[in-house]
Amino acid sequence: MSTLDERPPGSISAAAYERAQQSAEFQDLRKRYRGFSFPMTVAFLSWYAVFVALSVFAPDFMATPVFGNINVGLLIGLGQFVSTALITWLYVRHSNRRLDPLAAEIRERMEAEA
Amino acid sequence: MSAILTQDSVTAGSPAVNMAIFGLFVAVTLVIVIRASRYTKTATDYYAAGRAFTGRQNGIAIAGDYLSAASFLGITGAIALVGYDGFLYSIGFLVAWLVALLLVAELLRNTGKFTMADVLSFRMRQRPVRTAAAIATLAVSFFYLLAQMAGAGGLVALLLGVRSSLGQSITIAVVGVLMITYVLVGGMKGTTWVQIIKAVLLISGAALMTIWVLSIYGLSLSEVLGAAVDNSPAGEALLEPGLQYGQSTLSKIDFISLAMALVLGTAGLPHVLMRFYTVPTSKEARRSVVWAITLIGLFYLFSLVLGFGAAALVGPERILGAPGKGNSAAPLLAYELGGTLLLGFISAVAFATILAVVAGLTITASASFAHDIYNNVIKRGGVDADAEVRVARVTAVVIGVVSIVGGILAKDQNIAFLVALAFAVAASANLPTILYTLFWRRFNTRGTVWSIYGGLISAVVLIVFSPVVSGKPVNPDTGRSASMLQGVDFSWFPLDNPGLISIPLGFFFGWLGTVTSRELDTSKWAQLEVRSLTGAGAEKEVVH
Repeated sequence: MSTLDERPPGSISAAAYERAQQSAEFQDLRKRYRGFSFPMTVAFLSWYAVFVALSVFAPDFMATPVFGNINVGLLIGLGQFVSTALITWLYVRHSNRRLDPLAAEIRERMEAEA
Repeated sequence: MSAILTQDSVTAGSPAVNMAIFGLFVAVTLVIVIRASRYTKTATDYYAAGRAFTGRQNGIAIAGDYLSAASFLGITGAIALVGYDGFLYSIGFLVAWLVALLLVAELLRNTGKFTMADVLSFRMRQRPVRTAAAIATLAVSFFYLLAQMAGAGGLVALLLGVRSSLGQSITIAVVGVLMITYVLVGGMKGTTWVQIIKAVLLISGAALMTIWVLSIYGLSLSEVLGAAVDNSPAGEALLEPGLQYGQSTLSKIDFISLAMALVLGTAGLPHVLMRFYTVPTSKEARRSVVWAITLIGLFYLFSLVLGFGAAALVGPERILGAPGKGNSAAPLLAYELGGTLLLGFISAVAFATILAVVAGLTITASASFAHDIYNNVIKRGGVDADAEVRVARVTAVVIGVVSIVGGILAKDQNIAFLVALAFAVAASANLPTILYTLFWRRFNTRGTVWSIYGGLISAVVLIVFSPVVSGKPVNPDTGRSASMLQGVDFSWFPLDNPGLISIPLGFFFGWLGTVTSRELDTSKWAQLEVRSLTGAGAEKEVVH
């Protein structure tokens, strides 16, 4: 076995990475990735913060019965499960449609040139 | 029913069954681990299971790694006793996975090789960054490991009727030796299979009990909640926020602090991050997280039913009367529903849980020491892979022995506090550094080192001077303070959880270190950014 830091033959040069970073395709990929992930992160963290803040500072509101023994707090709590599932699904769809094909195109071109 | 009767009913007749079922789990997993060892030849096999697991397998293993005894027994117990506030706790653990999904998992898989430090040091000076990242990894893993090992001691008192100090210590030692065996023999592949088997057992056991409880109450969650309210001294308050965290403004702020650490800590836990290297591509890393979110979400929904079901069917009085208090809610519910056999199954699952989690922690800590500190810092990268893995194996034995001793010494300590500390350090030291590394062009070596040490030191210092360690009032019934140390008070930080202060400090020091240093390697930044988003040049799967 050889050393750990050995690069396989045909590895991508530093210059190739710099060229790729400047390319229009990569700039587009970065925009698509950040344009989804960053606002979505702000959104789910805010939604979680609202839930925690209401639980801590507005317990009476959260205790409002809705039906049977189910109250507002429990529904908003279960809403966190629903939103988590929804965001997960949206992200996977966004990645499959908007990120993966572009990323693959850039990667394959770089690996072919190396 | 009296508390004494409850204790008898938990231990009578069942320890032999509990041990037999656990023994079966150990036997089956050992066979699988030995089979896995045949394909563990290279460093990539040992640390990353040859990167050959599928996203689904890895996602199940992540769930097995993440759903520790603290969440299985602890959250069910918390919901049984404090209702809503216990549920609040589990939501933080779930939502946290979106940070991993949206910002960390795939980019980390594309950039790194074996450890968290691989990513953090990618575009920085190697030695200072790897040293800092390895120290943070070892700190988080050690606190987490200690919590699990200490939990094993309490669990035997509860499930096997072993109440003597010596008996509990022997059990901790047995758990430690099994864990060392799994890691040494099976490496990451063996550890992963142990986690997969455990996750399947845990989630199917919880699903079975959930359906059972719901069917008793006509498949209506509302009925379960009603029965729990009727059976709880808290009454209606069980369904409302405030039983645990609502007493004072301070306890409310404390909860916010804890919530921050939970939601931001998960994506900075080194043993979770290392799991992303066991799949062939970043797309499989994404699938891993999707599976993990699904299973963990389902499990916390089950735990909601199980917790309120335990309050309804077992009752807070019996739960508090049993050894292990809240931790006994799930096992007592199992006994109530399915008698000795179901209790035996759930007990075995609880032990399997501890075993699977500690094995994952041990391989992470040993990888970080061997790969980052030994090879890259001490030997400056001059060691071949086989020698590095030998060092990792020796380290795993050392960590195993240290955690056995630590677990025995810490077996009376508050387990939840140790887990919260691990999350706080991960959120304060690791997550800010990971995010800056992946997304901030200007970030540099000084920024990295400052954010790791800044977050780590502030979290640990605030904990040391918090009421968790000293200065909580003495309970007149027991004559003991709820703090770790008795009879002294040097606390000046008012909160139990440091996250509210230490997480912003981690981010602040990272920024400050960066802007006070001129260093900027734009070429390495191009490599990291392109590689992290496209996978060009990422580590490949090993084909046997």
